[in-house]
Amino acid sequence: MTKPKRVTLFIQCIVDSCFPAVGEAMVKVLERQGLALDYPANQTCCGQPAFNAGYRDEAARLASHYLDVFEDAEAIVCPSGSCVHMVRHHYMELFAKDPRQLDRARRVAAKTFEFTEFLVEVLGVTDVGATWNGQVTYHDSCHLLRGLGVKDQPRALLSGVRGLTLVEMTRSDECCGFGGTFSAKYPEISEALLETKLANIQATGTGAVVGCDMGCLMHMQGMIRRRELPISVHHIAEILAGEE
Amino acid sequence: MLNQDPLKYRELAAKAVEDKQLHRALAKMRDKVGRNAVNLYNQLSPGHDPRQDAKAVRRKIVDNLDVVLETLSANIRARGGHVHLAETGEDAVEYCLGVARRFEVSRVVKGKSMLSEEIHLNDALEAAGIETVETDLGEYIVQLKGEAPSHIIAPAIHYTREQVGELFAEKLDQPYTDDPPTLTAMARKALREKMLTADMGISGGNTACAETGHVTIVSNEGNIRMATTMPRVHVVLLGIEKIAATLEDHDILLRMLTRAAAGQKISTYVSYVGGPRLPDEPDGPEEFHLVLVDNGRSRILADPDFREVLHCVRCGGCLNVCPVYMAIGGHSYGSPYCGPIGAVFTPLTRGINTCHHLCQGETLCGACKQVCPVDNDLPRMLSLLRSKLADGDRRWDVRRQSLPTKLVFGAWSVIMRHRRMYDALSVMARFGQRLLPRKNGWIRRLPGPLGGWTRGRDFPPLAQESFADRWARRDKTGRGA
Ligand code: SF4
Repeated sequence: MTKPKRVTLFIQCIVDSCFPAVGEAMVKVLERQGLALDYPANQTCCGQPAFNAGYRDEAARLASHYLDVFEDAEAIVCPSGSCVHMVRHHYMELFAKDPRQLDRARRVAAKTFEFTEFLVEVLGVTDVGATWNGQVTYHDSCHLLRGLGVKDQPRALLSGVRGLTLVEMTRSDECCGFGGTFSAKYPEISEALLETKLANIQATGTGAVVGCDMGCLMHMQGMIRRRELPISVHHIAEILAGEE
Repeated sequence: MLNQDPLKYRELAAKAVEDKQLHRALAKMRDKVGRNAVNLYNQLSPGHDPRQDAKAVRRKIVDNLDVVLETLSANIRARGGHVHLAETGEDAVEYCLGVARRFEVSRVVKGKSMLSEEIHLNDALEAAGIETVETDLGEYIVQLKGEAPSHIIAPAIHYTREQVGELFAEKLDQPYTDDPPTLTAMARKALREKMLTADMGISGGNTACAETGHVTIVSNEGNIRMATTMPRVHVVLLGIEKIAATLEDHDILLRMLTRAAAGQKISTYVSYVGGPRLPDEPDGPEEFHLVLVDNGRSRILADPDFREVLHCVRCGGCLNVCPVYMAIGGHSYGSPYCGPIGAVFTPLTRGINTCHHLCQGETLCGACKQVCPVDNDLPRMLSLLRSKLADGDRRWDVRRQSLPTKLVFGAWSVIMRHRRMYDALSVMARFGQRLLPRKNGWIRRLPGPLGGWTRGRDFPPLAQESFADRWARRDKTGRGA
């Protein structure tokens, strides 16, 4: 994709309602890249929670809504890998038997990007002029890593941040146990996975974890707060928006 | 076999997550085999993904299974072996019992067969008064303990050597030791006696080869060689899908299998069996039987959405990288097929409603797909199984699991398509959440089915102003988002 002039924001539901600051941080970073931004006010959710729980008709209705909202955009950027994975992969499954929608979905999916992927792959930047003092470790979200193949992009962006040192944790690519409704339905298992993840984060000695998906991050933060652990949690946009 | 109930998943899992020793054992497997498998594939042909070759081979075979099965049967019969196609598990069990009766068998030595667990063969043999002894060390341990295997290729992985020492001391009447070589020697001695006096050998097979008419069994102990050649009759139990068409395909699969299963280029022993002893041969059984077991597999074969699961070569690789399996161990699945492959295969053969936990109790993280030597898309199939539970499915005899959940998602999808409704609801929720207990801003306890989340984790509150609100404000005032 050639570098677009206008970017349409897709702020997924949990960022919109619980973590608006993450959306704002992304806005700041994109504006610093000289981009004009759009935010269609009638957007909500990509349908992923329904899809993962098995409710495909319901997910398909939201997918159609997404297509209606974003069809005319030049490029769509979202601060969440799993939502982009939903659009890029599962929409094709949802519309497999509907050629007209499938065609629309393909076109929209081709211009929907995860935030770090967009910065590195489309804009070609790894230094966004940010400063952040301290050490962090990075968590690879499952859908971002294995679904979209985004592994190096966030790391490249982090190493472009002045003052920041990235310390890799053991098995950064292992699931944190969020898994959407799974986390509430099977709390014992979900918590066990999360404990392992938090132990790996703590073992780095950095005291800070960065990720690209608010789903995983709110999951981690949920236990960190409950147990009052000394780990701070950051969406990568917040780090990249950091100024001197 | 104990605890074989997939409906107990949550209960068993909750117990297993507390089992530190189980985790240590599984972590060893993960670090030694699980995470190395992919590197090993790469060594096979640098710069090229051999999983795709293996996938293509498996697809071709499974798509032409009828022809492949016929060729295999013809070649085995030509060498004097018997072939039986068993439609159900009971049918297969009955056939084995028939052979045992004809040979007046009082002791069976057995090994390397997940399928026999699937069809409950041991129970049936024991009920018929036939002593049945597992010859694979791990399976032997599990059998002595009266348990089910907990890993596809490492059935006794959940035991420490100290526990094995205690078990042997008790059951084999030996002085206690936890020295692995001594323990192995003890088992070997006990097993040799059994093998020398058994009348019948029963084994599984890792794959058969249609072109040559043989069954291949890989092992690292070699006991299976004795179990299959010393008794007077040898019966192989094989799922109808575990076949390679040509020797070339067979080799491709075998190489991937041993890498994925144990991180080995090839296993210590690879046995090729395929018929009774011929006049000029020094050993081998008088009779050879191949029982090809369907037991629900042709139903899977007939569904293009799930056919892929029959590509599985049962290497157990997906177990070793699955964080859920690592946390809960094999017994939680209530089925001989555990981990990600079990979560897809078991519901399809035992009923999707009966196994609803297996379909839902996974995170869809995708690690299993990445390591699978035949690139099976297990997360795709899991998600599809969930959709059958959500809406019901006649073809698979699935009842809708929960009408209320369906209605909730229905209502949610309406609200989410209408921003105004969504905003109105957010306003209400923002007020409502004040009633919930909080600490440092985050919610301590959520009501209803969401309460599972707050069992051990806090939940974020809705922000006073959504991103959309802030953006709208900025449009008006030039400030905000
Ligand atoms: S699904 Fe793949 S990784 Fe899992 S047991 Fe089967 S072949 Fe091995």
